[in-house]
Amino acid sequence: MSSNKKYWKSVEELKDSSIVETLKQNEFVNEIPTDEFLGDKETLEGSSTTRRDFLKYVGFSTAAASLAACEGPVIKSIPYVVQPDSIIPGVANYYATTIADGFDFASVLVKTREGRPIKIENNKLGATGTGANARVNASVLGLYDSLRVKSPMKGEAAISWPAFTSETTQKLNTIKGSGKQIVLLTQTYASPSTSKLISEFKEKYGNVNHVVYDAVSESAALDAFQAKYNERGLADYNFSLAATIVAFGADFLGDWQGGGFDSGYSQGRVPTKGKMSRHIQFESNMSLAGANADKRVPLTPSQQKLALAKLHSLIVGGSFSGNLPANIEKIVQDTASELSKAGSVGVVVTGIQDVNAQTVVLEINQKLNSKAFNPKKPIKTRQGNDKAVMTLVADMKAGKVGAVIMSGVNPLYTLPNASDFAEGLKNTELSVAFSMKADETALASQYIAAAPHYLESWGDVELKKGHFGLIQPTIRPLFDTKQFQEALLLWNDKDEKYSDYIKSLWNSDILGGASFNQALHDGSYISKYSGDVIEDTTEASSEENVETPSGNAARALAASAKAKGMELTLYTKVGMGDGQQANNPWLQEFPDPITRTSWDNYLTVSAADAKALELVNEHEATGALNGSYAEITVNGNKLTVPVIIQPGQAKGSVGLAFGYGKKAGLKEEMQTGVNAYALYQGFNNIQNVTVTKVSGVDLHEFACVQLQNTLMGRGDIIKETTLEIFNTKDKKEWNAVPMVSLNHEEVEVTSPDVDLWDEFDRSIGHHFNLSIDLNACTGCGACVIACHAENNVPVVGKEEIRRSRDMHWLRIDRYYSSEESFSADDAKKEGFDGLGIFSDNGSLDGFGELEIPSDNPQVAFQPVMCQHCNHAPCETVCPVAATSHGRQGQNHMAYNRCVGTRYCANNCPYKVRRFNWFLYSGNDEFDYFMNDDLGRMVINPDVTVRSRGVMEKCSMCIQKTQKTILDAKRDGRVIKDGEFQTACSSACSNGAMVFGDINDKESKVAKLLEDDRMYHLLESVGTKPNVQYHTKVRNT
Amino acid sequence: MKQVIHRKLGINILHLILIFLLTFSTTLSAQDGDAAAGKALFNANCASCHKLDKKMTGPALRNVETRLSEEEGLDRQWFYAWIKNSAGMIKSGDAYANKIYKEYNGTAMTAFPQLSNIDIDNILAYTAEPKKEKIPTPGPDGGTNVNPDSDTNSNGLILGALALLFALLAGALFLVNKTLRRFADEKGVVLTEKTKRTPIWKAFVENQFLVLVTAIFFLLASAYFVYGFFMQVGVNQGYEPVQEIHYSHRIHAGENGIDCKYCHSSARVSKHSGIPSLNICMNCHKSISEVAEGVQSEGIAEYGVDYNAEIKKLYTAVGWDDAEQKYTGVTKPVKWARIHNLPDFAYFNHSQHVSVAGVECQTCHGPVEEMEVMYQYAPLTMGWCINCHRETNVKVKDNDYYTKIHEQLSKKYGVEQLTAAQMGGLECGKCHY
Repeated sequence: MSSNKKYWKSVEELKDSSIVETLKQNEFVNEIPTDEFLGDKETLEGSSTTRRDFLKYVGFSTAAASLAACEGPVIKSIPYVVQPDSIIPGVANYYATTIADGFDFASVLVKTREGRPIKIENNKLGATGTGANARVNASVLGLYDSLRVKSPMKGEAAISWPAFTSETTQKLNTIKGSGKQIVLLTQTYASPSTSKLISEFKEKYGNVNHVVYDAVSESAALDAFQAKYNERGLADYNFSLAATIVAFGADFLGDWQGGGFDSGYSQGRVPTKGKMSRHIQFESNMSLAGANADKRVPLTPSQQKLALAKLHSLIVGGSFSGNLPANIEKIVQDTASELSKAGSVGVVVTGIQDVNAQTVVLEINQKLNSKAFNPKKPIKTRQGNDKAVMTLVADMKAGKVGAVIMSGVNPLYTLPNASDFAEGLKNTELSVAFSMKADETALASQYIAAAPHYLESWGDVELKKGHFGLIQPTIRPLFDTKQFQEALLLWNDKDEKYSDYIKSLWNSDILGGASFNQALHDGSYISKYSGDVIEDTTEASSEENVETPSGNAARALAASAKAKGMELTLYTKVGMGDGQQANNPWLQEFPDPITRTSWDNYLTVSAADAKALELVNEHEATGALNGSYAEITVNGNKLTVPVIIQPGQAKGSVGLAFGYGKKAGLKEEMQTGVNAYALYQGFNNIQNVTVTKVSGVDLHEFACVQLQNTLMGRGDIIKETTLEIFNTKDKKEWNAVPMVSLNHEEVEVTSPDVDLWDEFDRSIGHHFNLSIDLNACTGCGACVIACHAENNVPVVGKEEIRRSRDMHWLRIDRYYSSEESFSADDAKKEGFDGLGIFSDNGSLDGFGELEIPSDNPQVAFQPVMCQHCNHAPCETVCPVAATSHGRQGQNHMAYNRCVGTRYCANNCPYKVRRFNWFLYSGNDEFDYFMNDDLGRMVINPDVTVRSRGVMEKCSMCIQKTQKTILDAKRDGRVIKDGEFQTACSSACSNGAMVFGDINDKESKVAKLLEDDRMYHLLESVGTKPNVQYHTKVRNT
Repeated sequence: MKQVIHRKLGINILHLILIFLLTFSTTLSAQDGDAAAGKALFNANCASCHKLDKKMTGPALRNVETRLSEEEGLDRQWFYAWIKNSAGMIKSGDAYANKIYKEYNGTAMTAFPQLSNIDIDNILAYTAEPKKEKIPTPGPDGGTNVNPDSDTNSNGLILGALALLFALLAGALFLVNKTLRRFADEKGVVLTEKTKRTPIWKAFVENQFLVLVTAIFFLLASAYFVYGFFMQVGVNQGYEPVQEIHYSHRIHAGENGIDCKYCHSSARVSKHSGIPSLNICMNCHKSISEVAEGVQSEGIAEYGVDYNAEIKKLYTAVGWDDAEQKYTGVTKPVKWARIHNLPDFAYFNHSQHVSVAGVECQTCHGPVEEMEVMYQYAPLTMGWCINCHRETNVKVKDNDYYTKIHEQLSKKYGVEQLTAAQMGGLECGKCHY
């Protein structure tokens, strides 16, 4: 029976829409690329290979390949001819050294294996109390950068060092004769030996000008400090001594004034004896410091200036004229009274690059007699002088400069007027760039002097007045390189090794009789002698300065606070800093703590401004983030940048990070973002800007690892309370154990009666726990990179991150509140009345609203790694038992057993398992560090490099715990508390992460387990994790 | 002392006459020493720096006395003084003493005050012995010259004899059969012809049960072999690669009894046992540039290896100029073929087993002291590891680390001695991370 009935599949088809028809015809949109697979048609036809021959070949080669696969390869081992005493294959050596790359300065400990540096750790004996940040942790990879300059170059051609020295010396002498200037343009070295070398160089060559240039300038702060204390340096702050911290646009948990203030800050943030510090932040961009503040006030830069001037008038005295909105004025008044009450335990800091702002802050701190503020031992790690740099550029352009020798700087990338500099460079008779890379400046110079990495160099640093660090090589130079200082010695006609030079200088001037070898072993020396001397002089000078008329600076500051249109604040990201490590894939892939976006910089815009400018952020169905492009104009300089809508961004302000948009000396994958230095007019991080939407282009594709920005009122994920409740109420009020229903009675979820699993006895042997204090964690991300380096975690690239295939074993989740606080979110969720069909307050709309972050949200950070559940859901679903539990509490992952079903990842409530979608090592598609022999030298030989198709995750650094146990066994001793460490816990200088054995009842982590603030993540699931979290207490 | 008299009688008589004449011509060396005792003394005191025919730390000493008396006019009294206190001689300004001191870059000879004049006489007697010819001397007492093929030859002989015997037997049987048939023919005995039966293969094919059983048997058998084959993939038990330098563990660890950890010292503290660096070889081979004659000929005969040539290879690699007795600085690191290879995903630590557990090297590496060429003794499979962990007790004595955990665990399991497995040695994550 035939019928003419036609069945249509959709309404569109019924209407005979053309789209349906097109799609029908074009079911497979992409033509299968047969040509690529078979070669082009002509060759194919020209070939005499028949189909049968082809099949024969295939058959033969398959058989041959499978037979050959059964035969193991011959592996050659080449031992030393003469084995050095200090190297035992398989045993790590540690060397203390100091990183001083002009932006990051820190005392570090370098772990080497078989002579190869493989990891950076904190040096607890270091000259500063600060730990290694994410960039410092990642810096070891820079040593193995395949794009390093391998020998000195003259133009395009490689030359030898003797040729380089004789040619340059000759030219220097000619220029000396001609009377033209010889300029040394360097990074901040803060190195006593380098200073001495440069003064000797000056003596020899006469008209020598040494210009220190910091890419991201702190010149204003330096000028203010110098004017007040007669010394070029930056005041040191110890936030652990402060009870009230007020910051104006200062990201002092990031890179503000050289960074490294976070460990002191964290000490004061952990409530002890009912007390913790209170932190008030006035800022425009959402910064790390702002995210950690108890009270955050979003203000545009000009408003910040007014507020700071107002605060100054309230505390120090003097008049204030300016227009602040009433509510802000009220807040400033409250802040001032809090500060006055705090007195010597209060402190004010600012990041506004304005001499007046910096002076005002110095005056306030002096007035408060702040304990946290220390001008007597100033920080020496920023010495750049903006004016000198500007004069130099002008001089070069005018042809007054005969020779420019640059070291540790890349002005053609970092100068706002780079084209002027390029022009000037052409006017010089000799230009030499000491550089590890053929970067913009090096390429434009006559000579590239191949410089070694700091792990191959000698050196010394004065980090703070009287606090000295030593730099020692941890590996023989990989390439034919020479340090700037070695070249200076040659130019000075000194036949001396730089290491000997340092040693003799230290013995005569610094050590005061102490052992050089001991200082080298410790990596640092804190000179009591020089500190005392300075103390006297600065005391005297500061007393003199007290009487100078205050208020002038404040008035000038208030007067300068004029904004035209939008205000742009330029900042540095925790991951990229000033951009000198832009070719480091670890840092490129490191998600920014605030935006959680990697592989990019972007314009941060407030939601209100975005709406007004029609800028959008959209989520793709694959879980990727896209954003509009905006064109920003500063003084006629135009840049097109992608936009991220940033909760907490002050309305009327935008932010953009330095360090991106570099082109020379980088792999193509790393050439990301835009160069914000082009807008860095007058070295001022605050610029007036106009922002317009770029229409008619596709949205920018971001690599953002977290699209769910709010907690949706789920207060049990990050438990929070206020200091008041914490001090006064019982634990049950603010950190209750979740209840579940058993026979219609509420039972605690930890009760064995409601457990699906059988309990094992874990009281024998070690039982590891990792404790994470959400109060001490600032979200800095040093642990993320440390984990990356320790565990051979691969880099997957931007495209893969967009597909949510990031491999980080440890992530730091960042959440915004949707209401003004997280507790308000919780209250809103609890208050939902049905679905909302019969009421206005229902969950259907309500949850939708909860997805949107507030304009000025509370922020919370939460490091999440494998929770090593004692009752692990992943273990029960693995069909091949590839993941199993150890007695010591670790959830093991046997890669060789894994078949890649990914059931475990799906069953993991914490989403911490990572799947190797590809082979990331030795694969040209992933041309990052694991794709060349040089980059692979950083791989930790104790950890497997995972192959394609297996699951991986945090192992709680089982290689480290096993090593600690083995060392103890070999020595026949009991393990002390603190010996057990994971990569993250040892990288955390803030004390947020504590690792140890809870069966050792005296251990720190066992005591933390009993702490009232302790809770487990998603405790209601009953997984019994071995990672503890400690409730965040806010001092509101 | 092995002396072959019969073949070289002539030469020896000549030597004897020479010595006889010398005893008369040189009156001072009239107190002739005992060469045998001298050899023992030489080996104990002098051999670390001197050789008879070759310059080492010190000069070659063959016929030193004659040489010095002829060239420098020095007598035996000079030797007594020099050997007992060389430094004193140099100080006293003795011309030749200073000359030789300078020639050897100011390396003073150790003083031997404990040697008596008679001892020195004996040593000098030993040095005065004529050089032995290197040509192997066949003869009844030439113990080193046993024909290496004799064993295989005798085997061939026995087999040949047996084959001949069987051939004779077969021939005899054939003849007997033939004779019997002839007898039968002659006597008219009729031999009954066999009745025709179904051929056995047809019977087999018709019997379905048998076919089925055989098929199953063959299937099982082939499955067994296929399984066996696949289980051997990646297992390199018995792997015995040819190395760049032929190094005999048999001689070093076996005959000379050198402790394994003398060369593989990192096995005590590291995950790697360590392939010894060449400077460790030179600790001994600086003075051992040749092996003993017996060892050398044994090497050539039994293993086809010229040990002395192998030592030369070592010298090339480490850059040692044997003639000049100094390092040239030109090195050529040796590429050894690695024998024991664990996959990347398995973690093994030597120090855990060697230092903590006190496991003998031979437990896993087999009778190394008997191996002329090193080979992989154990399969190094996971099953092999696990078995050992199940059976081996943890060595907890005098180790404070284990005190508490052992007490608790042995109580839990109700055993006196814990095995590695009970201590947690079977957990995946202990070896796979």
